[in-house]
Formats: sequence, structure tokens, C-alpha cells
Amino acid sequence: MGAGHGHTLHYHGHSAIHRLPAHVKIVALVLFVLAVVATPREAFWPYAAHLTALVGAVLVSRVPLSYIGTRMVVEVPFVVFALLVPFVAIGPRVAVGPFEVSAPGLVAAWALLAKGTLGVIASLLAAATTEARDLVAGFERLRLPQPLVQIMSFMLRYTEVVAGELSRMRIARDSRGFRARSIRQWPVLGHTLGALFIRSYERGERVHLAMLSRGYAGRLPSLHPRTATSGEWAVGGILPGVAVLVCAAALVIAR
Amino acid sequence: MLDVRGLAFAYPDGHQALFGVDLHVHRGERVALLGPNGAGKTTLVLHLNGILAAGAGTVSVSGLEVTTNNLAEIRRRVGIIFQDPDDQLFMPTVRDDVAFGPANLGLRGDALDTRVLRALEQVGMDAFIDRPPHHLSYGQRRRVAVATVLAMEPEILIMDEPSSNLDPASRRELADIVRALDVTVLMVTHDLPYALELCERSVILSDGVIAGDGRTREVLADADLLARPRLELPYGFTVV
Repeated sequence: MGAGHGHTLHYHGHSAIHRLPAHVKIVALVLFVLAVVATPREAFWPYAAHLTALVGAVLVSRVPLSYIGTRMVVEVPFVVFALLVPFVAIGPRVAVGPFEVSAPGLVAAWALLAKGTLGVIASLLAAATTEARDLVAGFERLRLPQPLVQIMSFMLRYTEVVAGELSRMRIARDSRGFRARSIRQWPVLGHTLGALFIRSYERGERVHLAMLSRGYAGRLPSLHPRTATSGEWAVGGILPGVAVLVCAAALVIAR
Repeated sequence: MLDVRGLAFAYPDGHQALFGVDLHVHRGERVALLGPNGAGKTTLVLHLNGILAAGAGTVSVSGLEVTTNNLAEIRRRVGIIFQDPDDQLFMPTVRDDVAFGPANLGLRGDALDTRVLRALEQVGMDAFIDRPPHHLSYGQRRRVAVATVLAMEPEILIMDEPSSNLDPASRRELADIVRALDVTVLMVTHDLPYALELCERSVILSDGVIAGDGRTREVLADADLLARPRLELPYGFTVV
């Protein structure tokens, strides 16, 4: 059994950001990320401005900064890559401490790190303030094709069922003395996954039968159409609005 | 009400599951369909709402024959509750799931909400309306599964192994719910005491044909009739 609310990234709350309809948040997130990506990478101040606005939004949401911080671990592979870029990139070299590194590489690494970090924080904020089912409803509202909405909704519903099944299979396997200690045991793990796949496939068929029995004809009924007021669009528009202004100003100044 | 005549069916791989089944269920009856594993019970059930199409013979519900042209109406009239509630409950919340059937019938807005709430009240699960199904206990999920079908206001309710995996209290609660319903019930089971508790009449399906039909008490007291299809009362039970 999972947590009482939605998914593992969700942080329960009732802030203005939590209350925004999911589709507003999705649109705001995409616009914000686009504005950040379009910001010229040669100047530092626009990124400081983006970060300030974003941290402001996190404070409004009352999601603790530490909560966002610990979940930023997901970015680590990109950080490692960004740190390597200055060493492997070509071009004129500059001295940074004891190292001679590529100057264009340094700029590229900075841009990757800054844009990536802003994107990750924004995504975490959206995830922390939106329950998974609302997210699916939001995508539906944004006219994401029905098959994709249905796939997401089923994934949401059955992840725990399949994980439960896998853990029962693991317990049953281990109860008969199995321990995966070396590569020679991999075939057993392969069979487990194969069996899990077949079981899930068969469950899919049974679910489909049960749906047909209740009159399913290709479309899921809408998951509570939640419309956004112009006020909510205005609130959701603040952060991307600021980001677009910052980006525009940076572009003008860079000229 | 439910009229099955000469129903025969073979799966595409050649395995023949039903060899001419005749079954008639009257309005308001609660009938147990008894049979061992592999007797063709589930195959028969899947014909009753047109999921499987008859190889020979006919199925009709309240005078309407099951054909590909009237599947929507047939599925409104025949509500099937499947054995595993995880197969039945697939929407993110209990509310969405109970609304799934009636929404497919075209209900919207207040009419839909009323229907959903009423169905959940009938199974005593209205307090759980906004919970995700996977956070409920197994017995609770089984009851919500019953509500998903009640919300369609079926004329006949078909329950596939309703008592399986339930603890004694959940089992009794489900029996109370079924008794309180004003609807025709066909209960598919090999749980003979449960059949006796809930159903006046029992029909035995064995090797794809109806092997016995009568008052549950008399059917369960007939040792010869039970022995052929490998049905047995649990240890220590006798019906007198």
C-alpha cells in the first residue's frame, strides 16, 4: 500500500499552486521551460532572475525547499556530464585553478547545468503540487489523444498491482531458497519477469472483458472536466510570464 | 428473464467448453450455478452478455436475444461482477469507477452523481467515494466491484465466485448486501454453503451440460448428484 495521497512525488497541501487546475500547471511548466531554454547563455543575471522567481513560486506552494532539494538527485547524471564537458570540448583553453579547460566547453557546461536545474526544480514543483490523477485529467483537458490518456490512467492504477504481484513472486521464490548471488541466477530472474509479463498481459485481457461488460466502446468517460477561470490562468501565468520577460530582456541586451 | 437454449461453444483452439446448455432463470430468483473448476461456468457467463458469441443455440435476456447489434442494451441488462476486483476496478478513484458503466450508458451530471452515490450506499461504501481502489481492503474492493455493476441498474446480476478470498466477516457482509438487493441474481460458485445461504435454487454445470437443477437444499442433500461433477460439501457439513 502506498501513501495516502497520489504518488511518491506529491506533497500534500492546499496552497494557491496546489489548487490550480492541473492543465494550467502543465501549460505554465512548458512555457517556463521554453523561456528558460531560449534565454541566451552568455549572461548570468537572467538565470539568477529565473531562479529567484522559481524559488518564490516554491515558497508560495509551501513545499519545503529541502523536499525539492532531496528529489533533485535525479539530475546527478546530467551534472556529471556537464562537469566533463569543459575537459573534453575543443576550442581556446582557459585556466581554471590547476586545470586548462575549453572556454566554449565551460559556457556549454554552465548553460546545461543552469537550464537543467531550473527545469528540474520547475518539474518537481509541478509534481509536488499535483496529484497523479489530476495530472492525467489535465492532459485529457489539453486534448492529449485518448489512447495516451488511457495508457497513463491504467499505468497509474496498475503500477501497484503489478509491483505487488512481483513482490509476491519474489517472496515465493525466495521462500524456496533462491538467492540471486551471481550472474548464473539471472535466467531465474528472467523467467520471473517473463511470467510477470504474461500475467500482466492476461490481466489486461480480463480488465478489458470487465470493461466491455460495462459498455466500454473505446472512450473513457471524462475524469471530471475541471475548467480554469481566467483568474486561475492569470495566477498560473505569473511564473512563465516573468520568465518570458526576463528572456526577452536578456535577448535585447545581448544584441 | 434469462433464457439459454441449446448453447454450445468451442474455443478457437478446438477445446469444446459447452455442449448444449439449457437454463431458464425467472425474474427475482437467486440461482446458484454450481460446478467444479473447468466445468465451463465462466465460459457460460461470458455468453450471457455477448462477450463470447454462441457457436450454436441462443441466449436471450427479457425477451431480447443476444446478438452483435444489441450488445449495448444487453450489457445494461446483464451486470457481471468478475472474480478478481482488481480486474474490475481500474479507474483512479472509486467514484470514477462506479461512474464508468452509467457514463457509458450516456448518463451525465447530476443523474450520474446520484446513480453513483446510490450504488455505493447499497454496498455501504459511500464513505470511500474519493479513495483510490488500490488503497481499499480486498473485501471493500469486492463491494465496490458490486457497486460498479449496480450503478448500471441491471435486470440480472451475475457474480463470479463472489465469496472467493473473503474473510468470514466480509463474506457475511456481502451476503447481507446481496439479500437486500431487489434484483435477479445468478451466482457462479463452488462454495456450496454460500449457495445454500443465498440461493433458493441451484443448477449444476458439469462437463459443459446442465447435470442437475432443483431447490438448493435438495441438490446439496443428493450425494450422488454432487459426486459426479466432483462437488463436495466442506468437511463436517451435511445438509438435512
